[in-house]
Amino acid sequence: MKAILSLCVMAMSAWAASAQSMDHGAMSMQMQGGDAPVDARDPDAYSGGYRLGHGLYALPHPDGVTPHHLMMSDQQNFGSVLIDRLERSGNSPGVETVYDGRATFGTAYDKLVLKAEGEGARGRVGDARTELLWGHAVGAYWDTQLGLRNDAGSGRPGRNWLAFGVQGLAPYWFELEATAYVGEGGRTALRLAGEYELLITQRLILQPRIETSFHGRSDPDAHVGSGLSNAVAGIRLRYEINRQFAPYIGMESTGAYGSTADMIRSAGGRPRQTRWVAGVRMWF
Amino acid sequence: MNFIGRRRFVQGLAASGLLVPWVDIANAAGTRFGSPDVLRGTEFDLVIDEVPVNFTGRPVMATTVNGSFPGPTLRFREGETVTIRVTNRLRETTSIHWHGLILPYQMDGVPGISFAGIPAGGSFTYRFRVQQRGSYWYHSHSGFQEMRGLYGSIVIDPAQSPRLGEDRDFTVLLSDWSDEDPMRIMAKLKVQGDYYNHHRPTAIDFARDVSATSLEAALARRRMWNEMRMSPTDLADVSSATLVHLVNGCAPDGNWTGLFKRGESVRLRLVNGSGNTFYDLRIPGLPLRVVEVDGQAIEPVTVDEFRFGPGETCDVVVHPDEDVYTLFAQTMDRSGYARATLAVREGLAAPTPALDKIEWLTMADMMGAMDHGPMAGMQGMQAADDGMEGMQGMQPMDHGAHAGQPPDLLAVPSSRARHARTEYGPGTDMRVDMARTNLDDPGVGLRNNGRRVLSIADMKTVGGSADIRTPTREIELHLTGNMERYTWSFDGVEFGSSTPVHFRHGERLRVIMHNDTMMTHPMHLHGMWSDVETADGDFQVRRHTVPIQPAQRVSFRVTADAPGRWAWHCHLMLHMDAGMFREVVVA
Repeated sequence: MKAILSLCVMAMSAWAASAQSMDHGAMSMQMQGGDAPVDARDPDAYSGGYRLGHGLYALPHPDGVTPHHLMMSDQQNFGSVLIDRLERSGNSPGVETVYDGRATFGTAYDKLVLKAEGEGARGRVGDARTELLWGHAVGAYWDTQLGLRNDAGSGRPGRNWLAFGVQGLAPYWFELEATAYVGEGGRTALRLAGEYELLITQRLILQPRIETSFHGRSDPDAHVGSGLSNAVAGIRLRYEINRQFAPYIGMESTGAYGSTADMIRSAGGRPRQTRWVAGVRMWF
Repeated sequence: MNFIGRRRFVQGLAASGLLVPWVDIANAAGTRFGSPDVLRGTEFDLVIDEVPVNFTGRPVMATTVNGSFPGPTLRFREGETVTIRVTNRLRETTSIHWHGLILPYQMDGVPGISFAGIPAGGSFTYRFRVQQRGSYWYHSHSGFQEMRGLYGSIVIDPAQSPRLGEDRDFTVLLSDWSDEDPMRIMAKLKVQGDYYNHHRPTAIDFARDVSATSLEAALARRRMWNEMRMSPTDLADVSSATLVHLVNGCAPDGNWTGLFKRGESVRLRLVNGSGNTFYDLRIPGLPLRVVEVDGQAIEPVTVDEFRFGPGETCDVVVHPDEDVYTLFAQTMDRSGYARATLAVREGLAAPTPALDKIEWLTMADMMGAMDHGPMAGMQGMQAADDGMEGMQGMQPMDHGAHAGQPPDLLAVPSSRARHARTEYGPGTDMRVDMARTNLDDPGVGLRNNGRRVLSIADMKTVGGSADIRTPTREIELHLTGNMERYTWSFDGVEFGSSTPVHFRHGERLRVIMHNDTMMTHPMHLHGMWSDVETADGDFQVRRHTVPIQPAQRVSFRVTADAPGRWAWHCHLMLHMDAGMFREVVVA
């Protein structure tokens, strides 16, 4: 656990250091994002009042109206399903299979996002988090996500939450995700996740990944305590047989902290675990 | 030699060493490949249908004209009126657009803009007077049919002289083919913009850089790219990982061959009918005398190599004095090549050159004006600093198109970037403030390669500008995109959310295309010529498709003499369909 965590921390601080050392941040800020100046050009300034499919020379339409017929893929919805992790663990009692996936449907700027993550053993889902979100682009690399989350699983009570988060790609190619949740009875939670893809070759990719959860108050039935409850740090090495199918092996450490750790200990469990994993990443 | 690239991409069906003439392939499939039929006269009948093709070992259906891949070459004569009946045997709407031809907008063939399209099972008769001469091409303007094979060449003979001066005259149509459904390619790119890029920087490249230079230099080389989430190898969205590269419908091992006798002069009418591929074309051992671009005569210039993108055409004359030559067209991203042969008899083949090494995009490609020459390049971050001051050749003041500006200020194109307010949204991943305005850069991968490479600065239309009026106004449009979301647009606005661009009928106006992306876009304005000018406002060359390089700002003049509605778009099919498209209203 410590080894992996410190490896991740080292990698991240190396990137952060090089980010700080660069003195051209201002320049790239000008080139990306930012707010339009007040005198920014009007993209419709050259239209002369014309609209697509309306006015002089617009195509006649049998029903008398003249809608513009030309529709291209910018007005189409696209769907995809990514199974980021579907893995088995060799040496972890109680957790045999883990899944973590995401399905999207929509345009480049507005889409439905279904996120599902969970674990199970012996044919039963022990812990499952499922979110249905509306993803909306707010920047070149960032989407806000608004929707619902459901927690379920055998041996634990169900929980429902409202979810609001941001997801995107930070400078230096870090995939980040931060989501805040408000549940029944004043429960609150925060989940942070980050991952990075290091290309060793075009097909061999090392992916460190961290995820942490915080809860506003204890929920003993769901085995979570207040404050920092869980942290996961993993590293996976995958080989892309093709872009859409990649088996991997990896190592992951999970840790429970604070009162969450106490709950696990009093139930006879171990709050810290390190395990080997093997699985596949695929999308279609 | 780039082994990975060579190994990966499909060379075609014919076993190497055993050269199969195209007629044999044709017999096997019922589809005709290789030099297509030439149809002449003033009346033409074209039938659009699906036919089987097999470029990779897997039979799939292509969409072609008259059962031939590519479609037949149409030979018109300047001044004549042609009638072309097109019958649609597909189960969907189709169309044919006559690329580069000046004609009434109703005959331009863009469904949804200039006509309703040709319905399934229906037909449409195109009729127009041929007002020009030279080499052009035609293709479908419906969905992705062009990527499925619906294209062919057009040759227009001059009204007067019955034949040209060359002994041989070949139409050489380069294209690309994927067995994948183009919409599937689009969907994959929407998920992962670099899906087909197998040249992404790796940790091993980094280690090599460190040992070749130093840690600092290796970090500096990557810093800006990583900070901005941009890839220095983003040279093509679709690579030979899925594409087969064709010459007259023949894959590299199909070896299309043009025959000549020693001592003859040979004219090659080179057409890039690709969906998504820029080709860098050369014939080792043969200097290329470039005599026409986009059908327009230029003052002849002799080069070793030229780059052309989808939509562009280039006529070269060569004088072969040996038995066999390879026509070699490597893709801009160096992932593969198209190849053909010029020989004194069938069955010969000269060596195929190795693909050039992949060159990263430079800071000039990302940031623009740093230096005004083809050398403008990669000196790490230091260059970016110098670039901010080293703006030689830039106009000291802005000659922008503000309303009420006196016309004399419009003698010279403006140089200051005026970004649209919609470029600050999610559709635009970067903006270039100090774009390059020089035209003498052959582009990434061709700089200082030891060969004489054609650039726009070498193209000078014979006879000068056809319309010497000073523009009365200036229109500035920015080419924008977001590689992570795989969106492409003008001014950060995709076609579906855009308003048309209005040209006043009869006016002479200036268009500025300012490229805020790191890809080269072949911009095709339908119905009217794009008269490219230098940064000083001097006429350069008349084009129908203008390639705009990364971080480049190109100015051209347009005479708005063609009333109607016209399409204006990037001719990379996926960029076009993703929304890098505008409607033009001339009224």
